[in-house]
Amino acid sequence: MLAANSFDYAKPVPPDLQDKRWRMVDATMRRLGHQSRSLIETLHTVQEAFGYLDEGALRYVATSLHVPLSRAYGVATFYHFFTLKPAGKHSCVVCMGTACYIKGAPQLLAAMEKDYGIAPGETTADGEVSLLTARCLGSCGLAPAVVYDNEVAGKVSAQNLRQHVAKWMSK
Amino acid sequence: MTPEELEQIAETEREEQSKFAHSIKVCVAAGCVSCQSLGVKEAIDEEIKKQGQEHVCKSKGVGCMGLCAEGPLVSTDNGVLYKRVAATDAAEVVASVTGETVSRLVCPTDVPFFQRQKKIVLENSGVIDPERIEDYIAANGYSAMMRVITEMTPSQVIDEVVKSGLRGRGGAGYPTGLKWSTVAKATPKKIKFAICNADEGDPGAFMDRSVLESDPHRVLEGMLIAAYAVGASEGFIYVRAEYPLAVKRLRTAIRQAERLGLLGHNICGTRFSFGIDLRLGAGAFVCGEETALISSVEGKRGTPRPRPPYPAQEGLFGEPTLINNVETYANIPPIIRNGGEWYSKIGSEKSKGTKVFALAGSVENTGLVEVPMGITLREIVFEVGGGIPNGREYKAVQTGGPSGGCIPSQFLDMPVDYESLAKVGSIMGSGGMIVMDNTSCMVDVAKYFMDFCMSESCGKCIPCRVGTYQMNELLAKITRFEATQKDIAMIEELCDLMKNTSLCGLGQSAPNPVLSTLRYFAEEYKAHVESGQCPAGVCGDQHS
Repeated sequence: MLAANSFDYAKPVPPDLQDKRWRMVDATMRRLGHQSRSLIETLHTVQEAFGYLDEGALRYVATSLHVPLSRAYGVATFYHFFTLKPAGKHSCVVCMGTACYIKGAPQLLAAMEKDYGIAPGETTADGEVSLLTARCLGSCGLAPAVVYDNEVAGKVSAQNLRQHVAKWMSK
Repeated sequence: MTPEELEQIAETEREEQSKFAHSIKVCVAAGCVSCQSLGVKEAIDEEIKKQGQEHVCKSKGVGCMGLCAEGPLVSTDNGVLYKRVAATDAAEVVASVTGETVSRLVCPTDVPFFQRQKKIVLENSGVIDPERIEDYIAANGYSAMMRVITEMTPSQVIDEVVKSGLRGRGGAGYPTGLKWSTVAKATPKKIKFAICNADEGDPGAFMDRSVLESDPHRVLEGMLIAAYAVGASEGFIYVRAEYPLAVKRLRTAIRQAERLGLLGHNICGTRFSFGIDLRLGAGAFVCGEETALISSVEGKRGTPRPRPPYPAQEGLFGEPTLINNVETYANIPPIIRNGGEWYSKIGSEKSKGTKVFALAGSVENTGLVEVPMGITLREIVFEVGGGIPNGREYKAVQTGGPSGGCIPSQFLDMPVDYESLAKVGSIMGSGGMIVMDNTSCMVDVAKYFMDFCMSESCGKCIPCRVGTYQMNELLAKITRFEATQKDIAMIEELCDLMKNTSLCGLGQSAPNPVLSTLRYFAEEYKAHVESGQCPAGVCGDQHS
């Protein structure tokens, strides 16, 4: 997805000068001295600000930190936490930790697949809801756990999940 | 900052706290926060004002109280613990500090869950406010570090840790004192590093998260002492980005410690300097392996490399690096305060001290427990854990996550320590303990872990990258009832190959869940293969 391009050694310019969120990214890089080792930290800031990492962002960060674009792309795709696609308006993260797994998390995913046709990592066609999975939220006492837009809900049943998602979809 | 000034802060804080006759502690660790405990705390604050108690009663957000499944938990200073408190219960709870206890919310504390525990790492959890350094100092915080840097030589500190018999709590159980002395002896090109491994990736483990959320300063103090002992001047805490609350509290704690001069240049006027920075993990299980973690801190893909050289000789940026787990560091301040000998009296012969376990799955009391090493599995599951709910039958305990194994009922009376667990084909791991009952299919569980290892394999070495994939396919075949005896033989062969030829711990230990279930639950595999049945009724249609 990343087109080959000549490497630009001049002072890099953020993809969109009007967008103030790039200042946050610049601040992170400045704090860490623009060293190549700060790549992961910088990508965290980009994802926090924009929600995902697109090609322009990767190019800008790679150039600013003097690392090859291939390495930035390698890091961005190696770690599960980074995503290269914009997420849906709402997110629904199903925990797939051991405790949640044996208490019925697979049934939750099956329900989403059946009702909305989305598998983990996918977004509904209207861009409303993204379904994600987590390795373990550490909320094993509440298994099975689901995070709806950063809010953790415990002891979720397939019915709860359907109701919650249906509420988002109907808006 | 001098020892006297530190004592002064502690005094002032204790005085401040004694101004209030009563205190109400509300758990604000992640488990309870996800049951809206912050709203409960707000309601209690309002209620205190409404009842005109603001000069005698104070509410306080504290760390994990252990019984996460019954949250939000609230405790009052007359020794009553309330469970499942809602914001609407606030009035009664506030009134109860001077009057009648609210009997419908009471959670009994004279039960084995609380009585059988021995708290060293978690001594401040549920007691102090994790967001205030003064509260930690009032609980003797930073006094161990102060003593170390003003009165002890680095070799004395290491001696004390060696004497304690403490072993790494990350899973492998390497003697901590030995690791420290190796790093202390190494000569750096420029500086040495100390890293705290808080990349708790095992599904089903949340001990480290709780420690970081409930008592972050204890980890900083442990790291400071370690850095002084080994001569490190820069430190990193590698923490999972999936733990936003732990990250936030660590950031606060570092800032507070820096402001008081307990962290930074020339700490407390001595020549000892040490700074700590956070590095966020990005969801890669393999980064719990030390060489992969180092690579990730350097801003690269988290792939391991062959050892030796060990990080103690050549670690971060090629410098000698000390890497310990969160719980290991959290054990250090009490060891220094009370002496290594005190610590070595707790636990079993070869495994000293206590261990924090995250108890989850099919067990009555889900939550965090700290027990002395050498306690039996039966005591943990049936006494502390309260047994299996819904009248179901115990089947197995899974320890050590994807690198561990399933322990069947015939080993329930085995003591829990590093050696005994290894003997039955599992590992201590970081401390996740998942209890399974007869509704869990062991083949399905083995497949679950293999699927995990497959997607977490970094892809650098072939035995792990290809082995996990093939193994997962074979296990899936069994759960679809399409496998033959030949496939089982193939699985066994693959296990042996991966164990012996993989580059790092992930690949070497990935066969453990399969091997242990094959060993102890062979009849379940047999039922799947020969008669096309799943005794637990899990496998079949939903897997196709």
